[in-house]
Amino acid sequence: MSDAIVRGFVPQAKARPPRTPETHYLNVEYGVKSWLLTTDHKRIAILYLIAVTALFLLGGAAATMIRLNLMTPRGELLPADTYNKLFSAHGIIMVWFFLVPVVPTVLGNFILPMMVGARDLAFPKLNLISWYIFTIGGIITLWAILAGGVDTGWTFYTPFSTKAARTNVIPTIIGIFISGFSSILTGLNFIATLHRMRAPGMTWTRMPLFLWSSYATSVILLLATPVLAMALILVGVERAWGIGIFDPDLGGDPILFQHLFWFYSHPVVYVMVLPAMGIVSEIITCFSRKPIFGYIFVAWASVGIAVLGFLVWAHHMFVAGQSVYSAQVFSALSYLVAVPSAIKVFNWTATLYKGSISFETPMLFALGFIALFTMGGLTGLMLAALGVDMHVHDTYFIIAHFHFIMVGGTVMAYMAGLHYWWPKMTGRMYSDFLSKLSALIIFVGFILTFLPQFVLGYLGMPRRYHVYPPEFQILNVMSSAGASILAVGYLLPLIYLIWSLFAGKAAGPNPWGATGLEWQTPSPPPPHNFDETPVVTSGPYEYATEEITDVH
Amino acid sequence: MNAIFADVPLFPERASTTAYQVDALFFFLCAVCGGMAVLVAALLLYFSFKYRRRGEDDRTPRITGNHRLEWFWTIAPLFVFVVMFVWGAKIYTSVSEPPPDAMEIFVIGKQWMWKFQYPGGERAIENLYVPVDQPIKLTLASEDVIHDFFVPAFRTKIDVIPGRYVQIWFRPTKVGEYHLFCSQYCGTNHSQMIGKVFVVERDDFRKYLDGRKATGSLADQGWQLFLKFQCNTCHSSNAEARAPVLEGLANNMVTLNNGKKVRADDGYLRESILNPEEKVVQGWQPIMPTYKGQANEEDIIKLLAYIKSLKPGQTPSRNENSSPPLDAPRVPPKEKIEPGDRKPPYQPEGQNGKP
Repeated sequence: MSDAIVRGFVPQAKARPPRTPETHYLNVEYGVKSWLLTTDHKRIAILYLIAVTALFLLGGAAATMIRLNLMTPRGELLPADTYNKLFSAHGIIMVWFFLVPVVPTVLGNFILPMMVGARDLAFPKLNLISWYIFTIGGIITLWAILAGGVDTGWTFYTPFSTKAARTNVIPTIIGIFISGFSSILTGLNFIATLHRMRAPGMTWTRMPLFLWSSYATSVILLLATPVLAMALILVGVERAWGIGIFDPDLGGDPILFQHLFWFYSHPVVYVMVLPAMGIVSEIITCFSRKPIFGYIFVAWASVGIAVLGFLVWAHHMFVAGQSVYSAQVFSALSYLVAVPSAIKVFNWTATLYKGSISFETPMLFALGFIALFTMGGLTGLMLAALGVDMHVHDTYFIIAHFHFIMVGGTVMAYMAGLHYWWPKMTGRMYSDFLSKLSALIIFVGFILTFLPQFVLGYLGMPRRYHVYPPEFQILNVMSSAGASILAVGYLLPLIYLIWSLFAGKAAGPNPWGATGLEWQTPSPPPPHNFDETPVVTSGPYEYATEEITDVH
Repeated sequence: MNAIFADVPLFPERASTTAYQVDALFFFLCAVCGGMAVLVAALLLYFSFKYRRRGEDDRTPRITGNHRLEWFWTIAPLFVFVVMFVWGAKIYTSVSEPPPDAMEIFVIGKQWMWKFQYPGGERAIENLYVPVDQPIKLTLASEDVIHDFFVPAFRTKIDVIPGRYVQIWFRPTKVGEYHLFCSQYCGTNHSQMIGKVFVVERDDFRKYLDGRKATGSLADQGWQLFLKFQCNTCHSSNAEARAPVLEGLANNMVTLNNGKKVRADDGYLRESILNPEEKVVQGWQPIMPTYKGQANEEDIIKLLAYIKSLKPGQTPSRNENSSPPLDAPRVPPKEKIEPGDRKPPYQPEGQNGKP
């Protein structure tokens, strides 16, 4: 035992307190212009961070109003139209302006070039342009939402959106259409970077798993976003000029829209979840000081999800009058797409085996991700069963299911990643106590908010209901109470993370003892990331201290 | 505390044969998925406790995987998934095939109400009465946007899509009063597009229908519309008829003028009234004007009921006294029929009154 080769992680010397380097990307230049015209991926990531955080707060405010309204069965707080506009705003903002961009553009932008050992992304100017496109799209959408609003839901189902809605449908879809280009450019940039900019020695199978999942995500963004853009344009064309595409009165087919919409919107769920899975793979290995269990399986599972994710869209339409055969095919394919996700969950769990597990804040969030994502995935299996979907489709069961995936999954992982790389991004440590407390509050608040919604859904409470039968009240009050806890959990990090910028301890280059290239450079990193081009000689997670011939 | 929760339902009532099937599958899924969730949670907790960091110099083994184990947990779920898939597909398929003895009720959704039409011509809004232990087939249409007919106690729902008919069936098993929800978002008062389904004993159902005082069965009402829209100007059995005779047409195969064969089901008949040029029967000219805007969904359901009831020799003869339908080419009258000569062209067989 004792004479085993010690490799990988070596504990940092405790004697010298870590210091912040004198010049880094944050202080190399000052002024508004130095930020708004920057091509540094790290500064652009910070710009994105500010934008998506503001949008998350707006989307969260809409959710708060929704949950407050649902405290009483008669919905006394809000008029029906206002309620409908609020859940539409919540969905539109959260899906397109938070969940889709958040991990790729904030953490991906900051970390991806450093993980491959590059100075920047392949196209730094394109990166800045995509932030501007995103911001312009966001502002147009926000303007449409605030100046009158839109009441179609985030799904824009036709023919409601093309002929019945009397709200700002066209400005909203223009905003979403524009921001789609930002997704496409980001995807393009990541793919080019991963192909062309990897450090010497970083072969595909030496890439950290976050890069595999970012690659898969980028492919989806590139292939799926144009379909959404097209579908939204067609909605606009029919609405503005009465050209019959979806409205049966004009000779169109309303179900065609659903096919186009879900052909984008199902894969886009994996745009939200895949980078989240990448983050979790980084964190689980780091805090259990073990290599990932089954690198190849986890890496290819990302690719599998990206491919199969394109083949299951019509499971959103099981009760939309599709043929029995088509429903059966899409049900079977939906089960298939569950397999790679299951592989990942089992492999993360196996990674913990015989590890040296420490429960720092990022690890708490990552473990929370595995628990909640697993529940989201398992309830997805229930929905893929045609017989059960028939009952719970369009009810709160669906709401609970996809919030487990998107909030319990993506947002938990984003919080994990933000806390994991925050010392790298800012050079500062945040409050250990408050951050662990917020992880706990978010986990508990989340469960309390969304677990009752499964029960509500099976009872039959439809989604998007402004008023509801009185017997559903207690479960709704429980959900709203949970949401208030969740809100506290999300506001807390805002406070201690900002606080850490001024009063946090210096983090040092590698506070977690992690192996990735991004940790081999000072925190915050210098403007060009690395003083010397790093050379990679081993796999990504060489944490183990003992040499063991594998149990193949 | 108990007092508060006493009235809180945690599980929906079961009032149809489908409900029992769906619940059985749901319990199976809960057991399997719950078991998996407990397994993953237990492993996470156990490993987290057992392998917690005890010191900075902890040693960790370099385990990079185990292919046999990984293939096992890649393949094994597939077997479980096959069971879930087949079971779910079986229920779904059985719900899409109504039994032959099902009673048909027509449902029309519009912002923001449900309308019901019984075969005897009785109409209702909001509340649907159905007899217990009788298979009910619903044919649903929408007058505006997509709605969704959802009765949680029956565990069944279907999107009601404008521009087509959709069908669903159920067999109520328990007398009672159940929620009917619109579960596809349809605008301002979506959450108030609700109603009740009353499952009643057969006798009560008969009394209910008697109390609705219909002015003739659906087919009778359709016959009146058939005359009002002057369909018989062209769809007549005369030699100079401009359009095919409709007797015995419903649910039989027809050959179109592009050679294709289609079944003249409800959807085809509906389309042929609203969009007549789309699928013209072989040997006829596309001269029929559309009735879009003149006949609403309710009218079309009546016309369909009439067309389906039409037996050989029952087509009303042409009515020369009134003008042909809008846009229709004029057919020069060949012979005059004296008004007094006309027999009542159609004798409804229903017991619910005569036109």
